[in-house]
Amino acid sequence: MPAVQETVERVKRIDVDQYRYGFETLIDSEKAPKGLSEEIVKFISQKKNEPAWMLQWRLEAYRRWLTMQEPTWARVDYPKIDFQDLYYYAAPKPKKTVTSLDEIDPEILKTYEKLGIPLREVAMLEGVEPKVGEDDPARRKIAVDAVFDSVSVATTFKAELKKAGVIFMPISEAIREHPELVQKYLGSVVPTSDNFYATLNSAVFSDGSFVYVPPGVRCPMELSTYFRINERNTGQFERTLIIADKGSYVSYLEGCTAPQRDENQLHAAVVELVAHDDAEIKYSTVQNWYPGNSEGKGGIYNFVTKRGDCRGDRSKISWTQVETGSAITWKYPSCILRGDNSSGEFYSIAISNGFQQVDSGTKMIHLGKNTSSRIISKGIAAGKSQNTYRGLVTAHRKATGARNFTACDSLLIGDKCGAHTVPYIEAKNSSATFEHEATTSKISEDVLFYCIQRGLSQEEAVGLVVNGFVKDVLQQLPMEFAVEAQKLISISLEGSVG
Amino acid sequence: MALLEVKDLKVRVEEREILHGLTLTVNEGEVHAIMGPNGSGKSTLSHVIAGKPGYEVTDGQILFKGEDLLEMSPDERAAKGVFLAFQYPVEIPGVATMTFLRTALNAQRKARGESEYSTPDFLKKVREVSKSLNIPQDMLKRGVNVGFSGGEKKRNEVLQMALFEPSLCILDEMDSGLDIDALRIAADGVNALRSPKRAMVVITHYQRLLNYIVPDVVHVMSKGRVVKSGGKELALELEASGYAQFEDAA
Repeated sequence: MPAVQETVERVKRIDVDQYRYGFETLIDSEKAPKGLSEEIVKFISQKKNEPAWMLQWRLEAYRRWLTMQEPTWARVDYPKIDFQDLYYYAAPKPKKTVTSLDEIDPEILKTYEKLGIPLREVAMLEGVEPKVGEDDPARRKIAVDAVFDSVSVATTFKAELKKAGVIFMPISEAIREHPELVQKYLGSVVPTSDNFYATLNSAVFSDGSFVYVPPGVRCPMELSTYFRINERNTGQFERTLIIADKGSYVSYLEGCTAPQRDENQLHAAVVELVAHDDAEIKYSTVQNWYPGNSEGKGGIYNFVTKRGDCRGDRSKISWTQVETGSAITWKYPSCILRGDNSSGEFYSIAISNGFQQVDSGTKMIHLGKNTSSRIISKGIAAGKSQNTYRGLVTAHRKATGARNFTACDSLLIGDKCGAHTVPYIEAKNSSATFEHEATTSKISEDVLFYCIQRGLSQEEAVGLVVNGFVKDVLQQLPMEFAVEAQKLISISLEGSVG
Repeated sequence: MALLEVKDLKVRVEEREILHGLTLTVNEGEVHAIMGPNGSGKSTLSHVIAGKPGYEVTDGQILFKGEDLLEMSPDERAAKGVFLAFQYPVEIPGVATMTFLRTALNAQRKARGESEYSTPDFLKKVREVSKSLNIPQDMLKRGVNVGFSGGEKKRNEVLQMALFEPSLCILDEMDSGLDIDALRIAADGVNALRSPKRAMVVITHYQRLLNYIVPDVVHVMSKGRVVKSGGKELALELEASGYAQFEDAA
């Protein structure tokens, strides 16, 4: 596996702290004053030139948020967040409207270049496309929406997508250009009142991606959003809304990184997916927010609400996630299986090292008849981290013939970490078939020694064994992401043994 | 020329001394058999040579090609040419055997400053060797040793030996869990690797294995020491008279 070799090379190039995305971009930025109030909500709405209904929506969410309590049921421990001590809006100093990458601050472009994000497709954006016949099938095109702090800085391949009828744009733009779609769907999967962080997001979200795939259209390329938090003390509250109309298909990728900082940063996103009859949405995440240093200082608090609604019959939503970053992860990408014969999938790899705390899993809510769901979760705990799988599978009274298969496997590396599995299973009708399997194992000294005796270094051996452990899930990722994820897994486990 | 020199080796595991001053010299091209009852320290010796953690060397030394082996990490030893065929090869789910072979081989080559194998060269080599060992190609696509029979696991060990071309092969109880046919295939594989530059140390309880892999020298171990050495006829003698006589000698 050349990837293993390459990983080790990379790890060696990285200094003491292995987080390789920890740099900061020095650019002028415009920030709202610290703290949260109706004024700030209005300020954000105004900055985005939003219509009145949008502002009302936000204000209602804000007022509700004031009455809500932070949830405490997750198995995570952190000091109380002072929500008045954060910035809720930060944007790179604007250069009016940006029509090509040339007009984007070169420092930002450099940032994405360093991160290896293909905004480099500058040429593509400018209309210089590969000639017919020169298309390299191995390098499939990916359209990218890059979100820097609170704003989307670039979206590539817009024109080509438009030809297919696909709308892919920053949500702030969609609110202005496609208000009827946004009004119809925003908050229809995750209501503004859903939970503390989702409500906060509804009040202050500043940008994110919007996707609409019209009936019968197979989106011609992978869509991707890349999130980057740069500013100090800034929360990132992005909002993503993806709608797959009847019989359509879209695959969407999401990546995240942040600079290394001593203080904690807050990320509270909301993602809503809607799949109509016979539509399919595949949503993949490689989350690599800064996890904090080896003493547990700093890192991102990742409190995210992701939910998909299989609204139509025979619709399908599939979540795949590779979680290696964040000091705290609180995240349960879920599926509401409303349409008859709809299906939901959740494939997850959650890796924790150092002092990271992960509480993640999924909810499969079976409402329609003959709905099916599948959950494959692989948790890997190393260092002094705590890794919890928390999942809910439920079948309603009317969800006759509902089926679920769940497999949760945990792997422990070392003896100072913990893995926990908390499944909730509810069947309200007697025809539901639910299967649950769970295993916990320790990476065995004998296996490591066997690999090392064959010439692998300790790090290579751990990387190999772990990559084998998560293989079922890696296979679910789009090719480009799978390779990257494989490397990421080895990097995040650097120094976890011995 | 001496390939492996173990001199007055004393080894402890958790405060208990297992080897009490073991001396052994293996020259290039020779096949040595180490026999002895359970608990005599045979496996400990193989583990210490390979560098398995958990053993404390309190005295003595091990030289390999004149270099101090105990100073090297286990992966360095592997790259230098020390190969241990495990009594119980481990399973590594999700890692295809082919991937494992290639990763290991290239790691060793890299450590020696050699270029990595190209894919076609590597595949060709694996195919050749696996064919001679009667290893079907689809076995190489499965997870390392996952769902392999006892015989397949041992053949997989011999396959690796053939690929990595080590100068010292230690075979730890290779006959355990094998029926006669499986044993013959594995032993044929081993015999094909005998060469004037390569030495082998064959650890076994029973004389049976030595009918297939015929040793140049036989050592009898008891209570952490080599108590008697001789030619291949020593093995037959043991088979007839048992180990009890040596327990008294030690």
